[in-house]
Amino acid sequence: MLGLARGLLSGAIVSGTPLLYATLGELISERAGIVNLGLEGVMLVGAVVGFITCVSTGSATLAVTAAALAGALFNMIFAFLVISRRANPLASGLALMFCGVGLSALLGAPYIGSQIGGLPEISIPGLADLPLLGPALFAHDALVYLAAPVATLLWWVLFFTRWGLSLRAVGENPVAAFAAGRNPHRIQYQALVVAGILGGIAGAHLSVGVAKAWAEWMTAGRGFIAVALVIFSKWHRLRAIAGAFLFGGAISLQLQMQALGVPISAFLLDMLPYVLSLVVLAIWGGARRHAAPGSLGRVFQGTE
Amino acid sequence: MTAPPESARLAIAWRAGRARLASVAAPAGLALVVFAGVLLAFGKNPIKAYVDIFSSTLGSPYGFSETLVKMTPLVLTAVAVAVPAKIWLINVGGEGQLYIGAIFATWGALTFGHLPGWLLLPLMVALGFLGGGLWGLVSGLLRAKGWVSETISTLLMNYVAILLLNYVVFGPWKDPEGVNYPQTAEFAPAAMLPVLGQSRVHLGLALGLVAVGLFAFFVSRTRWGLEMRAIGGNADAARRNGIPVGRYVVGLMFIGGGLAGLAGMCEVSAIQGRLRPSLSPGYGYTGFLISWMAGGHPLGILGAAFLLAVVTAGGDILQMTQALPGSVVNILMAVILFVILGRRTGER
Repeated sequence: MLGLARGLLSGAIVSGTPLLYATLGELISERAGIVNLGLEGVMLVGAVVGFITCVSTGSATLAVTAAALAGALFNMIFAFLVISRRANPLASGLALMFCGVGLSALLGAPYIGSQIGGLPEISIPGLADLPLLGPALFAHDALVYLAAPVATLLWWVLFFTRWGLSLRAVGENPVAAFAAGRNPHRIQYQALVVAGILGGIAGAHLSVGVAKAWAEWMTAGRGFIAVALVIFSKWHRLRAIAGAFLFGGAISLQLQMQALGVPISAFLLDMLPYVLSLVVLAIWGGARRHAAPGSLGRVFQGTE
Repeated sequence: MTAPPESARLAIAWRAGRARLASVAAPAGLALVVFAGVLLAFGKNPIKAYVDIFSSTLGSPYGFSETLVKMTPLVLTAVAVAVPAKIWLINVGGEGQLYIGAIFATWGALTFGHLPGWLLLPLMVALGFLGGGLWGLVSGLLRAKGWVSETISTLLMNYVAILLLNYVVFGPWKDPEGVNYPQTAEFAPAAMLPVLGQSRVHLGLALGLVAVGLFAFFVSRTRWGLEMRAIGGNADAARRNGIPVGRYVVGLMFIGGGLAGLAGMCEVSAIQGRLRPSLSPGYGYTGFLISWMAGGHPLGILGAAFLLAVVTAGGDILQMTQALPGSVVNILMAVILFVILGRRTGER
C-alpha cells in the first residue's frame, strides 16, 4: 500500500510538471487576453528540439534552453497572426497546433529510437532518505524542483511589478491600458514570448525528462488539458499548481494500476485525465466567468 | 422593389463563386511556395515532390478515383464543422465524432451481420450518425448550459474517442482469428457500401454530396436556416425574439457530430471492412480546416475538400517516395490556414 502511494505521488509530480509549465504559459497568455490553443504545437516543437539537442550535444541544460527558445520563436507565428493581423485566436491556435504536429514529425523522424541520458536525477541529500515519502518527493530532476518556484515567480511578476500590472491591464481592458500610456500590442507580444518559453520547457521536460524518447504527437493533448487547467485555476497560481499535480496523478494512476495488475484496460484508465478535465470544467463552469480576464478572446483593434 | 432578373442573379452568383474560388486558390498557391521552402530546407526536392503528388493524384484515372475516396470523409467532416459554425460554434471534435460513428456502425455490422444489405446498410448509416451525434451532443449540452466552451470540450473528447476505439479493438471486439492484430472480425459482404465499378469510390461520396446539398438548402431556404442566421448575427437579439438559442446549440452540435460520424461509418464500411485503430489520418481536423477555408460556403467546401484530398493523398505519396513522415502534410495544411488567417484583418 505504501509502495502504491509512493509510486502515485512520485508519478503525479513527474507527470504534473510538464502540465504545470504549460499551464503557466497558457495562464500568462490569457492574463494578457489571448487564448492560445496552439500550446499543443509549441510543446511538440519544444519536445522535439529539446530531444534533438540532447542527442547531438549530450547536454540536458542546452536541450532545455534550445527547447525554450524554439518554443518562443514558434509561438511568434501565432503572435503575429493574432496581434498584428488580428486573426481569430482560436483558429490561429489550431493552425499552430497543426504546424507543430507536422514540423515536429519532420524534425524528429531521424531521431525515433535514439537513446539519451536525459535530465539527471538530483536526490536532495538528507531529505531523499527520509522514511515514507522521502524518495517520492526528493529524487527528481531540476525542472521538477523549479516548477513551483517558477509558478511563484510568475505570480510575483504579474502582481508586484509594473510590467505585470500592465499585462493584466491589457488583458482586462486594452483600450483603457492604451489610454493609460501602455502599448497593448508590445505587451501581448512579450506575454506570448514568455508563454512560448514555458510551453517549450514543458515539451522538453516530457521528451528529455520523463520519456527520454521522442514519439510523434507525444504530448497527446496535454496542451489542451493545460487550457482546461487554466480555467480550472481561475487564472490563479496556487490552484494551477494543485490542478497540474492532480492531473499528473490522473496520468500516473494508469501506470500504477497496471503495475498492480488491476484488470481494467489501460485504454480506459488513459481516458481519466480528459474526462476529469471535462467534469472539473463543468462543475467549475458557473463561477468562472467572474474570474476571467475581461477582454479574453477579444482582439484589440486599436482605439478608433 | 422588384426582384432582379434571373440572368443578373446568375451573374452575381457567378461573380461571388469566382471570388470564393480565388480566395481559396490564391492562399493555396502561396502556401505551396512556403511548403516548398520547408522541403528544400530538409534537403528534399520540392519540384519532384509536387510532381509526384499531382501526377499520382490527378494524372491517372486510378489516382483521381483515389482522390475522390479521400475526399469523401473530408466533405462530411467539413460539413460537420460548417453546420454548427453557422451560429459560431467551433466544433473541433470531428475526429472523435468520426471514431464514435465508426464504433457504432461496427457494432451494427457485427451484431446484425445476418441481415440483407438493403436493411443492414441504412441501419449502419443511422447508427453512425447517432454515435457521432451523441458525441457532439455532449459538447452541445455543456455549451448550452454555459459550463464548458465547445472548443475545449470537443478537443478533449477526441482523445477519449480514440482511446475508446483502441479499447474495443484490443479488448472485447478483437477478432479471435486475427491472432495479434488489434482489429475486429471482417464485416459480412452485406455490411459493405457499394462501390463504383472497379474503383474504391463508394456510395459515401453521394452521402457527402447530399449532405452539402441539404446544408445549402436548409440554411438558405428554410425557417430553421433563417433562425440560424439570426442567432449567428446577434444571439441576444435572437433570444429576445423568442428563438430557442439553447436548442439550436444542442441540435446543431448533434447534427454536426452525426455528419462526422457518418464519415466514420463510411470508412469502416467501404474502405477498411472492419474496425482498426488506423481509421483516420486526421480527417476530422482536416475537415475543420476545409470548412474554415471555405468560410462555410457549400460550393467552397466541395472545392476545398477536393484540394485537401489531393494534399492528404499527397501525404501518402511523400511517405513512399521521399521517406517523409505522413504527418508532414500537416505543415502544408497549417501554412494554408496561416495565409488565410493572416490575410484577413479583423474578427470574422
